Amino acid sequence: MPLRIVVTAKQVIDPETPASAFRIDPQALQVLPPASVPPVVNGFDEQAIEAALQIKDAAPDTNVTVLSIGASFAMDVMKKPLAMGADELVLVQDDALVNSPDPSVAVHVLAAAIRKLGDVDLVLCGRQASDWDNAQVPLGLAEKLGLAVTTIAKRVAVENGIARIERVLPDGSETVEITLPALVTVSNELGQARYPTLRGIMAAGRKAPTIWSVADVGLDMSSLTPGLELVGLALPESGAACEFIEGEDDADAGRKLALKLREAKLV
Amino acid sequence: MADGQGILVIGELAGSELALVTREALSAARSLSGALGGEPVSLVIAGADLGDAPQQGISAGADTVYTVVSPVLEGTPPDAVVAVAERAAQVASPRYVIGSKTLLGRDVLPRVAFRLGTALAQDCATLEVDSQQRLVATRPVYGGSAIAKVACLQTPAVAALRPKSVEPLEPDASRIGEIKTLDIQLDDSVVKARVVDRTERPSEGIRLEDAKVVVSGGRGLGGPEGFEPLKDLASLIGGAVGASRAVCDAGWLPSSYQVGLTGKTVTPDLYIAVGISGASQHMAGCSSARAIVAINKDAGANIFKEARFGVVGDWQKVLPAFIDQLHELLQ
Ligand SMILES: Cc1cc2nc3c(=O)[nH]c(=O)nc-3n(C[C@H](O)[C@H](O)[C@H](O)COP(=O)(O)OP(=O)(O)OC[C@H]3O[C@@H](n4cnc5c(N)ncnc54)[C@H](O)[C@@H]3O)c2cc1C
Repeated sequence: MPLRIVVTAKQVIDPETPASAFRIDPQALQVLPPASVPPVVNGFDEQAIEAALQIKDAAPDTNVTVLSIGASFAMDVMKKPLAMGADELVLVQDDALVNSPDPSVAVHVLAAAIRKLGDVDLVLCGRQASDWDNAQVPLGLAEKLGLAVTTIAKRVAVENGIARIERVLPDGSETVEITLPALVTVSNELGQARYPTLRGIMAAGRKAPTIWSVADVGLDMSSLTPGLELVGLALPESGAACEFIEGEDDADAGRKLALKLREAKLV
Repeated sequence: MADGQGILVIGELAGSELALVTREALSAARSLSGALGGEPVSLVIAGADLGDAPQQGISAGADTVYTVVSPVLEGTPPDAVVAVAERAAQVASPRYVIGSKTLLGRDVLPRVAFRLGTALAQDCATLEVDSQQRLVATRPVYGGSAIAKVACLQTPAVAALRPKSVEPLEPDASRIGEIKTLDIQLDDSVVKARVVDRTERPSEGIRLEDAKVVVSGGRGLGGPEGFEPLKDLASLIGGAVGASRAVCDAGWLPSSYQVGLTGKTVTPDLYIAVGISGASQHMAGCSSARAIVAINKDAGANIFKEARFGVVGDWQKVLPAFIDQLHELLQ
């Protein structure tokens, strides 16, 4: 049986958006998407797609389906995984799927969509989304689907129904084995995801994503209980004003900095 | 579990001692208990050997300590800790469950929350009780570009406390509490993710997380050679070397050097950032430093917004003179 891999991917505000363009509406409790910077596929999710495609490189009959949920999508952005080499793109699109820091609804909807996709051997997710930095949808999804789980992978290989995962530890790494089906989260240490090739982009242009509503995956939004409510949103207070040390030239400024740190008893 | 009472802390061990993060979580739990009119604080700790940790838990603020000792818990596999935490929550039936956002907590707490029918308040810098006795947390979001306040809607509420955001209580050996064995059957079958190999590279010299001085370099150093003067500087002033993610992604240094949101959190007295732009995700790991000093050729770099002292210039010229002058001063 060929492997079936589902990769979850979220459309997010580009995390490289300059601080000056990052805006919130503290009354509406919303982060305002910057007009000048297009959204991106969450970086860790791209790395999860890369992990799936590496497995597919080794076993070409593997099916890689990318799954995303949201209220609206920038289609050219969300088609990037197809251009990278994924087989299918499934979008659960529903006005009710507002982007919130409560992962409860996302977990239910993603789980229902994965069930609808049928027998899945491996679910790969980015370690966290760069908007709410929650790092919990994958773990909640594993609980909901009853899948064994491990996190922060820098390498994922599958052989004879067993996933072999190299995980990043704060001061080293470890290798974990899990019998499939399983869910694994992927970190940036996996390396830069592949760029779409021209052929990939052409092929993606011909593929239409499958679009489902929340009802299509058999859920009724009103039956989903939230776990958290956003009650405040603010910009952080900026720190103390910086004292710039100047000199006749760069070297002189370096010497004066040393004297300054000594004077301030910092060294 | 509609009506919870009290606070349950999911504990961690450091060797056979109670971990500092757990003493911090107990301290937070005691404050919450105060706001709830003195509801009890319980602690669960699980391991292959608990040493004196249960007693330390009482000294650090727990009224009841649930213990689990089992060979299955050797190396604290998350699968087994999740089972223990879930069982402890059933037994203690708390209003709130508090853990720590650590390597283990990151894997365990979201799963515990979902098993208990709720979601986790992640990476909380503060925890408080609102007028409806809901647990309310503040936490950085968007890589630290914004601060969100979230209220937990379900009982029990589950929260992960960010390490080093609460002072632990002074250990009080005269505190009285009860130590109970948690009724749970654990066998190897609970562990689905099996560790088959582990390579630890203990850092040379001072641990980044413990260092009083950290000298960090970024993409602006141009390559791994740029870190040579940084290492000299670190050894001169008794510090540890850190790096931005850009440096680790480029393979100039291993990821164990990474400071930031998805790297290490450092809290030194002095943080020297060389050739680092100061992206919010980097600052998330170092903004608690007492003083930040930045060397960057771009006067508009974000790092200067959080720095106490800064030099706008080329590090290749600034740094050697800076190091020479320090040499002289420290002789
Ligand atoms: C979800 C997520 C998590 C992340 N987690 C982390 C994390 O944990 N840690 C982290 O560090 N980053 C993290 N990042 C990445 C972060 O957003 C930045 O991309 C990264 O920190 C940039 O690294 P840098 O400052 O070294 O590089 P750059 O932003 O490229 O900055 C280089 C700086 O060097 C200066 N420079 C260049 N040449 C010289 C010279 N000759 N002399 C002096 N200065 C010079 C430049 O002016 C510039 O300011 C994360 C990103 C995301 C999206």
